[in-house]
Amino acid sequence: MKRMLTILLSLTMALSLLAGCGAKEEPQQPAENNNTQAEQPAETKLSGAVSLNGSTSMEKVVGVLGEQFMTDNSGVSVTYDATGSGAGIEAASNGSADIGLSSRALKDEEAASGLVGTTVALDGIAVIVNAGSKVADLTVEQIAQIFTGEITDWSQVGGEAGTISCIGREAGSGTRDGFESITGTKDACKMDQELTSTGAVIEAVAGNPNAIGYASLSAVEGKDTVKAVTVGGVVCSEATVLDGSYAIQRPFVLVTKEGTALSTQAQAFFHFATSAAASDLIRSAGAVPVA
Amino acid sequence: MMRSEAARPSTGTMAPQAPVKRRGGREAMELFFHLLFLLCGAVAVAFVLFISIYLIVSGLPAIREIGLVDFLFGTTWAPTATTVEPSYGILPFILTSVYGTAGAVLIGVPIGLMTAIFLAKVAPPRAARVIKSAVELLAGIPSVVYGLVGMIVLVPAIRELFDLSSGACLLAAIIVLTIMILPSIINVSETALRAVPREYEEASLALGATEIETYFRVSLPAAGSGLATAVVLGVGRAIGEAMAIIMVAGNVANMPGLFTSVRFLTTAIASEMSYASPGSLQRNALYSIGLVLFLFIMLINVLLNVFIKGKKED
Repeated sequence: MKRMLTILLSLTMALSLLAGCGAKEEPQQPAENNNTQAEQPAETKLSGAVSLNGSTSMEKVVGVLGEQFMTDNSGVSVTYDATGSGAGIEAASNGSADIGLSSRALKDEEAASGLVGTTVALDGIAVIVNAGSKVADLTVEQIAQIFTGEITDWSQVGGEAGTISCIGREAGSGTRDGFESITGTKDACKMDQELTSTGAVIEAVAGNPNAIGYASLSAVEGKDTVKAVTVGGVVCSEATVLDGSYAIQRPFVLVTKEGTALSTQAQAFFHFATSAAASDLIRSAGAVPVA
Repeated sequence: MMRSEAARPSTGTMAPQAPVKRRGGREAMELFFHLLFLLCGAVAVAFVLFISIYLIVSGLPAIREIGLVDFLFGTTWAPTATTVEPSYGILPFILTSVYGTAGAVLIGVPIGLMTAIFLAKVAPPRAARVIKSAVELLAGIPSVVYGLVGMIVLVPAIRELFDLSSGACLLAAIIVLTIMILPSIINVSETALRAVPREYEEASLALGATEIETYFRVSLPAAGSGLATAVVLGVGRAIGEAMAIIMVAGNVANMPGLFTSVRFLTTAIASEMSYASPGSLQRNALYSIGLVLFLFIMLINVLLNVFIKGKKED
């Protein structure tokens, strides 16, 4: 009896392994999908996988674009690895991903090594503090002084007394690169924690009443555990990022390798993401489309 | 029938080329399995050799370029610096790993040993069963879960308790590491203690020692090599842990202090490997950190073995 039970359970476990099969091997469907909002440039149905790798700030944008693309092309699966801008650029360069995602413009040496960056949206970097903090506005100079350690106490910038805890990102992060170049704090930030994703920074700031950090506007919008301070009186929103009045912003870039042809489905995704049809989706994700 | 038996050598020598086929077949099976075991052992040695050689070959170029003293004793690690010269000093990581492991071992080994004594000798069977299952459960928890619980519960608790600006510090890492190495130490120590012959303890008790005196003066030394193995296992796990630490220690390359945000040797490799471009000095420096970590573990193993052997010769 016990032996039968054991065999049955093992079989069930083994069979459940097969539950993941079948999604990628779908044959081309003859019927046209009626759900399309985006243009369908190819007449034959697309199938296969598109692998995206890189910026954690672009999670929401990539999420909506990928979902819409997969709805329009049911044979394609879009995968997204959130590893950070630096890792995404590296993945595009060595071919381990179809398209790399970067939340900063490509550096000169990266462009010189054959990488091509296509800006698909602009994103504001929100400077976030804990939702319970009394501070609502900071100037760019104050932010720079806080992150370089010149200002160490919240009372110096109008909040309740408490040592400021700076939460930042790892060295390869596009968000960190954008933040540091605009605030002029390159190589000079003294941080309490260097976390490896946008989500981790938001969580850390939400859990610490003394914390200040920076994260993508698209990830921060709608969250009530952290609040974005106004920078020099300017609220961080899509409108202010678009007209440039919000100073701390950076591009969302799709990175591809020059000379290496993308697969059909990856090329189709690229066209879709950079087309006018994707603008509404990008806007709904909290970034500012440039198409 | 008598003739064929007489044809075999009558004395006990078993010549391999014995005329009886069945005996030759069994010899062959024995040989086959001996070779198979030898092969498996050789595979283990081959892996160790391969890893050592690979680490040495990939780790040396960066050390040569940066300079051994600058690399091992430099106090700043900033490989992506653009406004100043990049610096590749890993002393902060080395010291942090040493202090973190030492802290975890100093707190974990006594607690582990005493729990093992309790489980093996003192506890009533029912209590022992419950505690043993709890320890085994603890051993099976993946490190990411420790990191998660540490990040959500431990870090804010440290922040409140010590009135710091941020709770992610060396202390949090030490506490997490201690909890992680406890199960391995307890399991191995308990096995070693149970293997101590009952006669030793009975003799000690018969000579008038109390139970506690017996356990500390007779059982523990008798189980010495097993306990040493437990400590080595614990140290190995503590010095090699990356995932749990990355969530609670803060990851800033500072010189270690109990309440400062620190980065270990393991997290230094883990945080930067994904975006260091191949062939760059940064990537080679990460390989060199791997080499240093590897040498560390070898050194600790050798030291502990010498220490134990040294004790045995007393």
